[in-house]
Order: sequence, then structure tokens, then C-alpha cells
Amino acid sequence: MTDPTTAEPAATAPTGKPILQIEGVHAAYGMVRVLHGIDLEVREGEVVVVLGANGAGKTTTMRAICGLVDTSGSIRLDGKEIRGKRSADVARLGVAHVPQGRGTFADLSVEDNLQVGAFVRKDKEVRSDIDRWYDVFPVLGERRQQQAGTLSGGEQQMLAVARALMSRPRLLLLDEPSLGLAPMIVQNVFRNLQSIRQEFGTTMLVVEQNANLALGIADRGYVIEAGRIVLSGAAADLSSDDAVRAAYLGY
Amino acid sequence: MELFLARLFDGLSSGGTYAVIAVALVLIYKATTLINFAQGELAMLGSFIAYILAVEQGMPIYLAIVLAMVLSAVLAAGIERVLIRPFDPADHLPLVIITLGLFLVINAVAGMIWGFDPRSFPRMFPEGDVWTMGIARLRWYTVGTLATVLVLLVLLTLLLKKTKVGLAFRAVSSNLESSGLVGVRAGPTLQFGWMLATAVGTLAGALFVADPFRQLDPTWAQRVLIFAAAAAVLGGLDSLWGALVGGIILGLVESMVVGYVTWIPNQMSLAAAVVAIIIVLLIRPNGLFGSKAVERV
Repeated sequence: MTDPTTAEPAATAPTGKPILQIEGVHAAYGMVRVLHGIDLEVREGEVVVVLGANGAGKTTTMRAICGLVDTSGSIRLDGKEIRGKRSADVARLGVAHVPQGRGTFADLSVEDNLQVGAFVRKDKEVRSDIDRWYDVFPVLGERRQQQAGTLSGGEQQMLAVARALMSRPRLLLLDEPSLGLAPMIVQNVFRNLQSIRQEFGTTMLVVEQNANLALGIADRGYVIEAGRIVLSGAAADLSSDDAVRAAYLGY
Repeated sequence: MELFLARLFDGLSSGGTYAVIAVALVLIYKATTLINFAQGELAMLGSFIAYILAVEQGMPIYLAIVLAMVLSAVLAAGIERVLIRPFDPADHLPLVIITLGLFLVINAVAGMIWGFDPRSFPRMFPEGDVWTMGIARLRWYTVGTLATVLVLLVLLTLLLKKTKVGLAFRAVSSNLESSGLVGVRAGPTLQFGWMLATAVGTLAGALFVADPFRQLDPTWAQRVLIFAAAAAVLGGLDSLWGALVGGIILGLVESMVVGYVTWIPNQMSLAAAVVAIIIVLLIRPNGLFGSKAVERV
């Protein structure tokens, strides 16, 4: 397990340098303290999963990265401090966030959802990117003029992922992509995430309760309990860890 | 027939003016999801600016109105920045109180500066009629107002649907948190909404007081705001074209009810129109063209 405080010097291989470094992050909603000093790191090209029970602080960790909750501590993106920045400014630095509940623009069309996903881009390839996502998720192409709110839960999850990737992010944050979806659909979502990873090498930080599936596509993982990281390591090691298996894998 | 046409043209005339102010209300509602009580007073202020530029500075009326739209939009940008942005856009009650306060302050300041004596606003359209049949008169003013609303709606639709700032505007009004997550800055976007709504309000105000039967004073907006709000609700509050239809229906119901339902006294004509709106809303709670909140999970 790498120690998050010892970032490798930039002289090493171009892949594997840390994109996101979180150190000693505390967060609270009013009087209720939720995070008690989280340390976490994501390296370029990695898929990292955060496991934990309801209320452990997974979503709050994601919201802290995007400036959606008041935090203390240090959150660095490419070595630069981003804690305290507003969510729009974090997004402009290349962090795309698929929030819990998907956060689609329900009364905008599918096409407009993808367009707005590319809001921060200035290049001319937005159109071809949209068409590429229609190829990846044909159902979105069929429903491009439909209001996003009328899509099924699984379709909305695909749309949320595609919208996030429309910004060509350096880092994709996925908050419980399986939430509220039927098991078959969940499998499909994760298959798609896996192929997106293989095809585009997108760096991802995934929060998930479905530990089995999440560890299946991840390189490394963290286990969060009551606002603290209690365990971290390679995905394979976590899968075979007795405590993790008992608590999150159910066998 | 003559009488019917007379009532039809009357209804179109007042309906067109309700519609144009309703459009301004719908714009600010789309941006902020709240009814901005100060919108009518900003329109009143804009109409005074246009009056001063045209009558006291001697500008051509169209140039005066365009300049007044720009000036009132700049004022709205300042109001948004100083009074609105420090507050959480998702918490509506403080914002409603602020717009109520603005309503009172703008009205009092206008009264202090300009007094309450009615003034005659320059004509925007030729005097006289496009077409007459006995007592039925289709005035140039009515045609000009409706044509202006149509052009305005086409331009606004293009702005919102085809431009990047329009996309940002729709994203913020659809989902404030998600718009931040895709990099849309809520503050400047809402500021744009205030500017746009206020510029449209100034145009609406100028159209309203340009009617030869009306005069300019600091109270005109108070009297018309309730009708415009009713028209906007009838049309669906978040629909620009609904505001036009709502305004015209309101105007027509008002003139037809007075004309044909003789047991309703003239003074009650608007009450009758409001009753008609309540009936429509009972059947279609989101108004005639309002978007239904469709959301599957």
C-alpha cells in the first residue's frame, strides 16, 4: 500500500503520478461532523473505490472534493490546493462528478444534457464526442430529444456518466452508480465503466456499496467507517480480506 | 358582429400588454424559480428612463427604449450582485423578502424623483386604426404590441435554445447543484437572468404606457403586475409562449365577460377572469403550457 503522504517525484513514469491527494480532511453539515480526517490518493489512470456502510462519509468525501460541503484539511488536484473552491471552478480544473441520484437535468433533453456536460470545453470536437456517446449508449441516441427526466433509472445513469465524460475530465467521480438500479442494470453499468476505462484510460474514484462489482473494476480501494479510513490496499487484497468480506461482500 | 369584433380587439389590446409583462416575469421565474415582486417596479423604472431619454433628451423613441433597456439591465446586474448573490439561491424566503423590499424602495424613489402626476409617453406606433368596422377598431397600437411580443419571443427562444449562455441559463434553472458540477457558474448566470428579465421588463413597460389611452406615472406597474402574474400562471409560469397565450386569454375573457355576461358588473370583470384562471388551474395545475415535472428514479 502506498503511503499517500509520500508522493512520487514527477520524474517517474508519466502514468501513476498522483492526480488527487486528500489529507486530513474534516467535514461537517452544520453541527454534525461527518469526516474526521480522511487521507486518500488517486493516481493517473487508476480506478479507486471507496467502500463503506450508509452514513460512513463516502458521499461527503466526494462532495468535499467538489466544494459542495465545508471542509478543513488539504485537497490537492495535480498538486494544487482546491479546497474551498466553488464546485464550478473545481469542474473547470477537470473534475467531473456524477452525484448520488445522478443529477441529470431532468427537464433538458438528452442532447442538451450532453451539451452542457461539455460546457467548459472550447474545442470543436463536442459534436463528435456526443455522437461517440450515442454509439456507446445507443438508447441515448434514440432518445436524444426526450426530456432526461423521462428516461429509466439505468438510462439516466448512462446519461449521467456520458455527460460527465463529455467534459473530458482528468478525474471522474462516481457516487454510487448502482443506487436504485435493478441487478441486471447494475451489471450493465459496470460493464460500461470497465470498457470506458479500457478504451479511454479515464481515472476514476468510485464510491459504492456494491463492493463486489466495484472491486472488480478497481485497482485499489479504501474502506471508510464513521468518517475515517480504516483500511486500504489493492483491490485484490481487499477482496480477500476477511473483515471486508464479512462486512461488505457478504461471504 | 361589430360588437363582437370591438370586444375581440379590446381583449387583444389589453391581453398583449399583459402578455409582454408576463414574459418578463416568466424569464426571472425560469432563472430563479421565484416570482420577483420587484419586476414590475423595475419595468416602471425602465419606462421612466425611456421617457426621460426621449422627451427630456430628445432622442428618437426607439433609440431611447433600447438605451433604457441597456441601462436598466446594468442596474439589475448591480442589484443582483449586491442584494441577491450573497444569499443562498436555494433558500427562497429571504429572496422573496428582498424583492418585496426592492419593490417598495424603487416605488418610493420613483415617486420622490418624478412625483405622481401622470405624463404622456411618446407614441411607439402610428395613431389611428389598421382596420375599422363601425365601432370595432383594430388599432395600430394593438397590432404593434402583438407584433413586438412575437418578435421578442422568437428572439428569446433562439437565445435560450441556441446559445451557450442560454444553455447555462437553462441548466441553472433546471438543477442548480448539477450545473455547478459541469462548470456553470451560478452567480453570473443568474445575473444574466436578472439583466435579461429587466431589459424585457423595460420594453414591456414602454409598450404598456405607449398606449394613447394610458399615461406614465410611478403606480402603473402595481396596477398591472397582478394581471401579468395571472397571465404567467395561466400560461404555465415557466413557458415564454404560455405567457403570450395566457395574457391574450386573460384579456379576451375580461372583455368578453363584461360584454356578454351582463349580470357581472364592469368592476368585477377581472375577478371573473381570475375565476376562469382558477378553473383552468384546477384542471391543469401546471398551467396551459407549463412543463410537468416528469421525473423517474
